Amino acid sequence: MKAAVLVFPGINRERDMARTLRLISGREAAMVWHAERELPPGTDLVVIPGGFSYGDYLRCGAIAARSPIMDAVRAYAGNGGLVLGVCNGFQILCEAGLLPGVLMRNENMRFICRDVYLRVERSGTPFTRGYNAGQMIRVPVAHGEGNYIADGETISRLEGEGRVLFRYSSPNGMIDPNWNHNGAINAIAGIVNEGGNVLGLMPHPENHVEAVIGPTDGRGLFAGLVDHLAKAA
Amino acid sequence: MKARVTVTLKSGILDPQGKAIEGALRSLGLAGVSSVRQGKVFDIEIEGGDHDKAEALLKQAADRLLANTVIENYRVDVLG
Repeated sequence: MKAAVLVFPGINRERDMARTLRLISGREAAMVWHAERELPPGTDLVVIPGGFSYGDYLRCGAIAARSPIMDAVRAYAGNGGLVLGVCNGFQILCEAGLLPGVLMRNENMRFICRDVYLRVERSGTPFTRGYNAGQMIRVPVAHGEGNYIADGETISRLEGEGRVLFRYSSPNGMIDPNWNHNGAINAIAGIVNEGGNVLGLMPHPENHVEAVIGPTDGRGLFAGLVDHLAKAA
Repeated sequence: MKARVTVTLKSGILDPQGKAIEGALRSLGLAGVSSVRQGKVFDIEIEGGDHDKAEALLKQAADRLLANTVIENYRVDVLG
């Protein structure tokens, strides 16, 4: 796997992400500065990490979404290239028009930093082939604006086409307002684009990959990507 | 030329910040406020004196960056 991790001013999770990519794929990721106009040749996964690009000025992800490297990412995704956006990365993908909808201020107005449970809605996609459909995973969230919303038509399309890959759930898989931490519509935590090659996800699977610091439920996402790319090659 | 772009949330979009401000106004004892929606104002200086050109430029600025038209409306006022 030849991953490229995008770096914007104010991003702060890029090293966690690079470490996880190295740990699971055995290969060093390229760190790509936002002012670049091209991705490194042979890139087979673009990752937009979490943080606070441009200090969340204007709207979360709004300014990063208009930076030069994002034109290259748009072209790359248009050709079916795999793109993973986590947390601020999800917000950037929405602002860049690569994913529909918006991540609004959390319903309870608080920054939420804790472990959550996600229900994996589908297996067999490049991003979820490391999990079983219906499996619960425990991963951390750390965000103030993760309350996903889109117009009714978009939501019906996402649901109808099976493009909601992850939902906030109880530890035993119940979808319940008490476990929908940020108030996202239909408890949506992660969605893919129409082509299924661009995933936006609020929680941080990259932070739960080593037994020494706790659960390792995040591994499945990255191991699945490695597996997918090995089979595609 | 001076101009102003005003960005407001579309109706029906939940505005937790507006709600919090609404609550704070109530707790100040300011009776009679029934609802608050928070928006943004951009005061922009434009080169040249062509009103129509300025308006077209600002519409582009709003569509491409200042507003997220999925959830926000905007208004452009060229003040001259």
